[in-house]
Amino acid sequence: MSITDPLDVFRAESQELLERIEEGLLDLERRPDDGEVIARVFRALHTLKGSGAMFGFDALASFTHHCESAFDRVRKREAAATPRLIEAVLAALDHMRALAQRPDATAEGGEILLTNLRQAMDDEGSTNTHPPSSKTWRIFFSLPTDCLINGTRPLALLDDLRNLGEAEIVAVTSKIPDLAQLTPTECHLAWDVLLASSEPKSAIEDVFLFVISDMVLEIEDVTDRGDTLSTAPPQSDSPAEPEKFETRTTMAAQTVRVPASRLDELLDQVGELMIAQSRLKQASAASADSNLRSVVEEIERLASVLRDSMMFVRMVPISQLFGRFRRLIHDLALETGKQIEFAAEGETTELDKTVIERLADPLIHLIRNAADHGLESAADRLAAGKAQTGRITLSARQVGAEVIITVGDDGRGIDRARVRAKAEELRMITPGAQLSDHDIYQLITKPGFSTAAKISNLSGRGVGMDVVKRTIEGLRGTLELSSTPGAGSLVDLRIPLTLAIIEGLLVRVGDGRYVIPLSCVEECIELSPELDMRSTGRCFVTLRDCLVPLLRLRELFAIENPPDPHQKIVVVSTGAERVGLAVDQILGHHQTVIKPLSRFHTNVEMFSGATILGDGSVALILDVMHLVAEGQKQEGQLRAAG
Amino acid sequence: MSLEQSLEHDATGHLQVLTFDMQGETFAIEAVMVREIIDHMPETNVPTAPEMVSGLANFRGRVIPLADLHHEFGFAAAGKTLHSRVIVIEIVLDGEPTLVGLKADKVHEVTLLELASTENPPRVGMRWRPDFIRCIAKRAGDFIIVPDLERIFATSFETDRSIAQQFTQH
Repeated sequence: MSITDPLDVFRAESQELLERIEEGLLDLERRPDDGEVIARVFRALHTLKGSGAMFGFDALASFTHHCESAFDRVRKREAAATPRLIEAVLAALDHMRALAQRPDATAEGGEILLTNLRQAMDDEGSTNTHPPSSKTWRIFFSLPTDCLINGTRPLALLDDLRNLGEAEIVAVTSKIPDLAQLTPTECHLAWDVLLASSEPKSAIEDVFLFVISDMVLEIEDVTDRGDTLSTAPPQSDSPAEPEKFETRTTMAAQTVRVPASRLDELLDQVGELMIAQSRLKQASAASADSNLRSVVEEIERLASVLRDSMMFVRMVPISQLFGRFRRLIHDLALETGKQIEFAAEGETTELDKTVIERLADPLIHLIRNAADHGLESAADRLAAGKAQTGRITLSARQVGAEVIITVGDDGRGIDRARVRAKAEELRMITPGAQLSDHDIYQLITKPGFSTAAKISNLSGRGVGMDVVKRTIEGLRGTLELSSTPGAGSLVDLRIPLTLAIIEGLLVRVGDGRYVIPLSCVEECIELSPELDMRSTGRCFVTLRDCLVPLLRLRELFAIENPPDPHQKIVVVSTGAERVGLAVDQILGHHQTVIKPLSRFHTNVEMFSGATILGDGSVALILDVMHLVAEGQKQEGQLRAAG
Repeated sequence: MSLEQSLEHDATGHLQVLTFDMQGETFAIEAVMVREIIDHMPETNVPTAPEMVSGLANFRGRVIPLADLHHEFGFAAAGKTLHSRVIVIEIVLDGEPTLVGLKADKVHEVTLLELASTENPPRVGMRWRPDFIRCIAKRAGDFIIVPDLERIFATSFETDRSIAQQFTQH
């Protein structure tokens, strides 16, 4: 087992802190007065500075220090969180991100960012530089003599007072008896405190909350009398510190940071257990020993509970991903000069960790598309009778074993005529071909397709939707476009909850056994001899008056031994497209732990992975996406011929 | 660690290898690569896969590819006999440590090859592609061939890549 590199830990932590800061800043944009958010940003900056210095990231620490000071002033209401300041700190974040990579990292442009930051602070800060009126309090208190026995700790009370502000404390020793009469467990001291604090009187009273009933306490406002107390400003960090430690300890109790690779290992082992368990079940089925069989049943139950909890452990909320997009939208709005409002829904929806990571790029692309192609400029929007601010929505919801992620905009929608014209120009379709709306939207996801009149910085390079589609399909998901002209477009991504374990249908082709993901299976029918006769020579079967392309797996796999007399057809689909797979035998349901194929077989397109069966042998998992595409190709040929 | 590195850096001047047979010829692979020697593994055929790696097997819960080098050295495919074994090796392919099962007609022993006796493959007069052979060692009047596994396996990726390129050009 590898020893965790402390630098890696720091990097992971700083990444999280930076994300938290960014999130806070973007929140502040909308609610600049939210004290809680300001405090959150400040704490994160403070922690980043502190741990940065601890791990030797000095450049980071000193740079962060400036942002921290700026936010300290905001926090104390000496300055306001103006859009300009937020912008300056956001820009500085990217710089910090670079600095957080290596202890000796240097990145250019830091000075400019700091100048920006200072200007932003000066602009707004100068109007409001006076700290909130700080008052001086004179506090006199004495405790009952038996207070120490009762567990009161005067020192803790004094510390609490110090936390409120600059305190000058004098112990009043006049009541202490002579040594002969002194009992060491009794308290005869009283205290006279001068406290400079901006906190209200109630805060001081709160310090004595638990002892106030039987003590002497006098609090007096002596601000105007100018009592002797040093006039140094209150220390900036002290009030924030205890709060910070509190949150940290509670966080530590609730979560444990585990390297993702260990979770993967654990999942592997759970997978092994599932396989061993199904072998055990098979072996025990032949036995008459009822004792053994009940134990086997118990193990089966435990193993499946274990598997479910394992899956659950790997789930992370999608808010991790959505958080990043708020920054993206912010930047896109600046770049395009459009006004964009972003709304996210269902951020608590959970997905497998690996899936979330792989979703980031496609979603970025879809959002960029929405901002660049979808939304109109403010003037166009007003002309069309819409609100000036465009809206991009991102929502996630769980439906059964899938999560549906929708990226929507209220822009101009997909111009079907333009897509069509472009496709004809690119010779993807024959002019005048009959196409449904669905077919037209499919064209957009074909490689090399782009309708953008000019190539912008954002999108329109002709790579894009096809890459998005491929990535989503790689996750065993599907992508669907829909659009209403003038009212906007929607992209629905349906993603399976997890990549690691699927329900499968086990079939036999020749001597080999194969698994078809059950989520893709629509129905199983028998290929009756007459149906078989009719479909010989052409690759279609008629299914309830619909032509469905038929793939004979025996032919695809080049299997030579004679076929079973009663071939079965498994009809599989990916959303709208269907294809029938002719197999020799349907063996039944199989809980499948997906194992990736090695480097040697990544280019064998018909299979997406392998799994281990109950008897220990290996079965291949069919890549339904690829097979359906294959079937569509046949359909295309038939259309071209007929 | 690649074989070449170890050939250069072995301080004792010896190379510990596992020797095995393919069609009567003796081959040797570095012993440190070897994870296990398995008597019998049920093999699953992968339709449409390259001939050299047309099989998969379950090795302690992991799905590993089975490589048959017979074709690469011009032999008939490995049949199943009483002596045939699968040598499970760990090798770095495309930067990833990968377990591969190597089909052998017969496994002999772990032995020391003296580096002085190894020779670079002759350029001419060979039945096999010279780049597939790292060196040939002489031992007790016999020849032992040390194949360049990384190179051999890489050929199957190269054909893959050229196919992939064709696809992207469409």
